Amino acid sequence: MTWLLRRATSLAFIVGLPLVVFVALWFGTAGSTNFYLPSMQVIMDSLASDWLGSRLGDDVLPSLARLAMGYLLAAVLGVGLGVLVGLSRPVRQVLEPVLEFFRAIPPPVLVPVLILFAGIGTTMKVFVIASGAVWPILLNSVEGVRAVDPVQLDTARCYRFSRRALLRRVVLPAASPQIFAGLRQALSIAIILMVISEMFAATNGLGFAIVQLQRSFAIPEMWAGIVVLGLLGFVLSILFRFVEDRVLAWHRGLRRAERS
Amino acid sequence: MLEVRGLRKVYGGHGRTVEAVRDLTFELKAGELACLVGPSGCGKTTLLKCIAGLLAPTSGEVSVHGQRVAGPPADMAVVFQEYGRSLYPWMTVGANVELPLKEKRLVRARRRQLVTDSLAAVGLHDVENAYPWQLSGGMQQRVAIARALAYEPQVLLMDEPFAAVDAQTRADLEDLVRSVWQRFGITLLFVTHDIDEAVYLGERVIVLSASPTVVQHQVTVDLPTERDQLATRSLARFAELRAEIYQQIHQAKAASTADRLAAEALA
Amino acid sequence: MSGPTSVSTGRASPVTLSQPAALQSGTAAHQRRRHLPLGLFGLIGLLLVLELVPRIGLVSPAYLSPTSEIVKTLAGEVGRPSFWIAVWDTVRSWAIGLIIAVIAGTVVGLILGSVGFLRRLTSSLIEFLRPIPSVSLVPLAVLLYGNDIRSKLLLIVYAAFWQVLIQVMYGAHDVDPVAADTARSFRLGRLALLRHVTWPTVLPYFMTGVRLAASVALILAVTGELVIGAPGLGKEIAIAQSSAAIPLVYAYVVTTGLLGVLVNLGARAVERRVLSWHPSVRGEVAA
Repeated sequence: MTWLLRRATSLAFIVGLPLVVFVALWFGTAGSTNFYLPSMQVIMDSLASDWLGSRLGDDVLPSLARLAMGYLLAAVLGVGLGVLVGLSRPVRQVLEPVLEFFRAIPPPVLVPVLILFAGIGTTMKVFVIASGAVWPILLNSVEGVRAVDPVQLDTARCYRFSRRALLRRVVLPAASPQIFAGLRQALSIAIILMVISEMFAATNGLGFAIVQLQRSFAIPEMWAGIVVLGLLGFVLSILFRFVEDRVLAWHRGLRRAERS
Repeated sequence: MLEVRGLRKVYGGHGRTVEAVRDLTFELKAGELACLVGPSGCGKTTLLKCIAGLLAPTSGEVSVHGQRVAGPPADMAVVFQEYGRSLYPWMTVGANVELPLKEKRLVRARRRQLVTDSLAAVGLHDVENAYPWQLSGGMQQRVAIARALAYEPQVLLMDEPFAAVDAQTRADLEDLVRSVWQRFGITLLFVTHDIDEAVYLGERVIVLSASPTVVQHQVTVDLPTERDQLATRSLARFAELRAEIYQQIHQAKAASTADRLAAEALA
Repeated sequence: MSGPTSVSTGRASPVTLSQPAALQSGTAAHQRRRHLPLGLFGLIGLLLVLELVPRIGLVSPAYLSPTSEIVKTLAGEVGRPSFWIAVWDTVRSWAIGLIIAVIAGTVVGLILGSVGFLRRLTSSLIEFLRPIPSVSLVPLAVLLYGNDIRSKLLLIVYAAFWQVLIQVMYGAHDVDPVAADTARSFRLGRLALLRHVTWPTVLPYFMTGVRLAASVALILAVTGELVIGAPGLGKEIAIAQSSAAIPLVYAYVVTTGLLGVLVNLGARAVERRVLSWHPSVRGEVAA
């Protein structure tokens, strides 16, 4: 009974405020005559008819595909190169300032640069996303690999692990918490770059559509687009946490055990 | 079986060098259990790493079975002091024990059997699916020992394995070491800074000097093979051996202090 | 933007066993300095490669200008007031946005972090709002403010606010209850409690939040200029690109990079200074 009560309370806490905010917005904007701030009802109608209709295939899915390709590319390159650089001390020392500089460049400025190389097609967007998202992954991987416990490495050497096993079974898992920190950061950068590259030059996609709607003063549709982007960010971060919780379950447990 | 001959290790820093081990020579017969003791900071860990093939000596050599050690030898296992850091926290206990066997390319059935047997040998049951960090320190060190045993080594090195566990656990683990040594017939080199532990465990105790390290003294432990925490430790002979080693270590420390003072006086 | 940077994960950095303690007297700073020459080689190597690749035709100079030309262009720009006006526009909006975000994030964070009920009440809403990409506010900003500086500020503040809020909230929640009770038993007032107990605990988290917010704010400042056309370095890049002044594009990109390096180094230096007295160096919050 107390258990049930506790569950109910925590559920109330989770749903409570968002629900209040939503209801407040719904009734607060009902019958709104402000051109820039249409009523929630109108926005939701547009969301259902427009964004969940034709725009889903025309704009949302292409954006998601670019995001997925760019992010995957960044992850593969970032982790791969990061492990290589992290394992070798001289390589690390030579490359560190270079990597720090590339990391410091605000990723959006890569959009105009990469347009030069790759035009304004999907390739450009994938490259923009990848080249902006790769740095946090790369630098965190380097850091993670560098910080692998020497006792863990000595143990692997004593039992004569092959290089492959050393990488796969020891170095990568040991660095994984740090790698995930980089991946998490990269995800939000990747979403930003997806939107910006589409705002800058595109014929479809979420960023393109929202800017078009704003320019043609289709305000309710624009608002609905913003909601879609917000939901996308939210859903992706939930997905990310879901994956992270699986992969790093051991790490959470270890930290809890160390603290107690 | 295990021979250390003229071992010297000098660490080269930028513009200065530190001689950690000066000249070490000793040997272990097959199936022997010897303990290495020495004052803290005498290069025990350096020595152990050279024997394990993790560190190349500056001069001299280590050989196992007459084969010069150039990297970690195939039939040797090491149990480190830092059990929490040598077990992989992302794997279950079973996977930790099994991984070296996979690398040895043993077939699955054999691996399963070795994992179960070795965990049972260290007194652990039903923890195969737990993670190391879910276990107490003593149990984690048992897992590390089980991993070493499952590897079926001929030589087992233990580097102050019980320095970080509480006294009661420590006594249990000491008896465990004796019993697996007898059961598996391995050659065991046990490094410790604890004189009592060295006498209780060893068939022989090798006393090291302070750094730069040489072998200061060797004592054969002529205590009965069957040892018991209470009975053995209260034997008169136990106290004598303990006193002898204590004196040697004390001398080693004094000598090194005198050396240092002399060197400083000269400088 | 969501999620702070590198979470320090492991135990305290382990001492390499293969080296005796006597040799490890060299401090990290000392070692850094010794390694700098190697890093210098890396930088020089990069500049050389970027010089040669377009020169030998591996990549058309129409896409990638040789280093020397970028440097020449940049040197020319540095002498012109318009360059410094663009830099100033970017830096100003970055600073204003950062300050607003830091103040707002700190105040809200302290309140939510120290009042358990409010924290529980708001956590789901925060979890929902935080991952919303700030660029999704671009059209709204344009509608509201056009290409005015306020457009940029909206983006910057939204993105940077969460970085500070999350860290401060976590820090305020981390206040040792015993310390707080002790303070209360000495009849310290609310303000004194905040000043002497809560704030010192929050400070390391706060500094982390500011550091993260500083780099996020720069990204959003440049984004605003690039996409909305608010004055600043980003706008100059867009103009140079559309008029095919390739070396100029790169000169400005390099400028933003240098600005980014300055922001990172500056933030880290401030963090070290402020926390130099602090007994505990904490890991960042994995949020």
